[in-house]
Amino acid sequence: MTLVQNFPFFSIIIAMFSGIISSVLTGKQARNISLAAISVTTVMSAAVLFFCLRTGESYTYMMGHFPAPWGNEIRAGVLEGLTALLFGLVMLLAVIGGMEHTFLDVEETKINLFFIMIDLMLSSLLALIYTNDLFTAYVFVEINTIAGCGLIMIRQVGRSFTSAIWYMVMSQLGSGLFLIGLTLLYDVTGHLLMSPAKEAVALLEAAGSYEIPLLVILAVISVGLAIKSGLFPFHAWIPHTYGYATPTASAILSGLVSKGYIFLLIKIFYRVLGRENVIASRIVNVLFIFGLAGMIMGSVLAIMEKDTRRMIAYSSVAQIGYIYMGIGLGTEAGMVAAVFHMFTHSATKALLFISAVGLYEVSGDKKDFKSLRGAGYRNPLAGIGFTVGALSMVGFPMLSGFISKLLFATSALNSPHKMMPTLIGLAVSTVLNAIYFLRLVITLYRGGNAPTGKEMREGKHLQYHPGMLRLAICGFILLNLFLGLQSQPVVRGIALGLAMFD
Amino acid sequence: MSRQKDNYENSWWLKFKRWVEGEIDPLAHGMETVRPDQETEDRRWQREKLLQARTAKERKSQELREALEARELRQYQKIYQVLSVLLCVAVSLVLLWTITYLPEIGDAGNPDNNEVSARYIEQGLKETGAVNIVTGMILDYRAFDTFGESCVLFIASCCVLVLLRMDGGSDGEKSGKKGASGAKKRMAETNDRLYEPKNDVILQQCSCVLVPLILVFGVYIVLNGHLSPGGGFSGGAVLGSGLILYLNAFGFRRTGQFLTEKVYRRVTLSALTFYCLAKSYSFFTGANHLESGIPLGTPGDILSSGLILPLNICVGLVVACTMYAFYALFRKGGM
Repeated sequence: MTLVQNFPFFSIIIAMFSGIISSVLTGKQARNISLAAISVTTVMSAAVLFFCLRTGESYTYMMGHFPAPWGNEIRAGVLEGLTALLFGLVMLLAVIGGMEHTFLDVEETKINLFFIMIDLMLSSLLALIYTNDLFTAYVFVEINTIAGCGLIMIRQVGRSFTSAIWYMVMSQLGSGLFLIGLTLLYDVTGHLLMSPAKEAVALLEAAGSYEIPLLVILAVISVGLAIKSGLFPFHAWIPHTYGYATPTASAILSGLVSKGYIFLLIKIFYRVLGRENVIASRIVNVLFIFGLAGMIMGSVLAIMEKDTRRMIAYSSVAQIGYIYMGIGLGTEAGMVAAVFHMFTHSATKALLFISAVGLYEVSGDKKDFKSLRGAGYRNPLAGIGFTVGALSMVGFPMLSGFISKLLFATSALNSPHKMMPTLIGLAVSTVLNAIYFLRLVITLYRGGNAPTGKEMREGKHLQYHPGMLRLAICGFILLNLFLGLQSQPVVRGIALGLAMFD
Repeated sequence: MSRQKDNYENSWWLKFKRWVEGEIDPLAHGMETVRPDQETEDRRWQREKLLQARTAKERKSQELREALEARELRQYQKIYQVLSVLLCVAVSLVLLWTITYLPEIGDAGNPDNNEVSARYIEQGLKETGAVNIVTGMILDYRAFDTFGESCVLFIASCCVLVLLRMDGGSDGEKSGKKGASGAKKRMAETNDRLYEPKNDVILQQCSCVLVPLILVFGVYIVLNGHLSPGGGFSGGAVLGSGLILYLNAFGFRRTGQFLTEKVYRRVTLSALTFYCLAKSYSFFTGANHLESGIPLGTPGDILSSGLILPLNICVGLVVACTMYAFYALFRKGGM
């Protein structure tokens, strides 16, 4: 076993350990530790990705002295490495971009607690990506949920408390359903590790026994994780949580946390329940319909919203709908498109939240359309960043959103019954996306009522140094351009990684 | 062309343009409202007349409308309650129906009676050195999950710290609002302290007898986790409840002598750090097929079963401290 193969384990442990020691450090020290941990884990994920690409196969890593059905195990392949790398990059940029606001929004003595949440969030995301064990997945889903609540409420204003409670209730509902699913699965298979559980499920399917429990397991796990990632009918918590948290928290929650659950769902589909069984059970059709509904309804709700930050949050509902629609197509190409859109959305939505912050602070911390007039001239880089993000979400060529829409459309052509709904849904949703995003972009570049000096001072950017924000916005724009211009290697990597899942 | 130009005021394009610029929000209000400064003389006169004509009767009708709206809201809430009960019943029925298809409890041919549990039962003592198979499972076979669980406790206590810990002056300077709420909280704290020490003689005498017993029992459960039923989680809970009883009887001044926030942080930090480092070493050697060199000892001895005993102590400390910290934070927002 080479050193590189230890890296998934190292990165999870480093993230957890940095969280643990941050509890006795000051805010600044905790920040440095956290940034270092995120950077190191990102580099390690890149190394894992290149190792798996070179060897061309995935590997499992024993957590302890006992092999697979007895001890814990993690697993790394191309898709795991790629996802961990991208999540790490987005997390790093989101933390850097929202840094100043973190220090303003969070009480001074509680900043180290904020970074504990960030570190443990990172470790739980990495564990969800790398795990090969269903119960490990559940434990880290718990950590993820609690860290998410902490990140929302750490701002400690009224709205953030209510939205944290909202998030907690919905998230616990999802976790509960997921746990029920795992319990039932253990009851009929007798395994918690993914690979032996898959063999057991295949045997049960072949023998035709426990048909109904298996169907219920599939339904309960899908619904649980769909609630946690905010699929359409369960979307009501999204605008509240993303709209009132501190910017870093919004970017991380919308960009990464919901994607972590979707990644886990895909992994369970492929590595436990078996893709053929999932398609045969027609649960994909349910996901497809709710995904389509989410695409349309999320955009409609975004158009009706007056607070721009909540508008960006509603757009997440639509984008999560896209991802579930891709999963719901039930084809290999649809799954690739869904995973690619996962990457697109995490890079783009984080860019939108972070650059919107830059626009609000030159508009006297107001978030409505009228106050944002001309904000693109007052903070040029944030304006450019927001425009790039908006164009990417709408599907402008050269940016990542275009590639994911192209992938969705081409993958729909292979599934005869779902082709027309997909294409129509894509067209309608794209037009609706364009309406609300371009409206805001046009507003940003209208000459308008610039806030007076007094209003500026009322905002909280007296000792503000925008260097970090600029760095983060540039990084996000580059990431978007990379995904848009160099999409082929990424798409091939995703396809290769999904093939390794089987 | 000219006709379009005449109608420009009412054209869709102008409405769209104004909506883009954020001047109007037709979707929010249902229709466009005319601004007062654009009103013609005629209209203003009309409106004034209308205002004059507004009588008590009209105001009454508005009150009636509000009452109707409130009733609608209440009805909606009722429908909502009924629907949510129906949904819960439906989901429960589906789950109960599923249970009838599950394997019977205690049947020897069940899927979970497979090679996994067989090895835990047959080889557990030899491989982990723990007489208590459950402890062997959670702290050796599946130690990574248990480390995750202790981190769940850790992060939960961090969240409670965020919510409830009151920090001195620093927040007062930052913004008036937060400072005010901090001052309010501090007032509440002093009020709580007014009732301390309670000097409840019955409680104090009882806890004089009980607390040592509870603490010794907790330590016993933690230390014997690998020999008899128990372990870090249950023993830690017993220790924590003993500390809470002591706190209730004698007040914060007495517990503050040995358990401050600094102590709490250091204990949690060192326990979790030890857990993290020890298990990392164990995972690393295991995955790379190296000898760990940790002696398992004689099964049944108090000093046996390798890392399980120290790990149990760590988990016990984390659980006890977390329980005590929760109580103290909920009680007065600090330790």
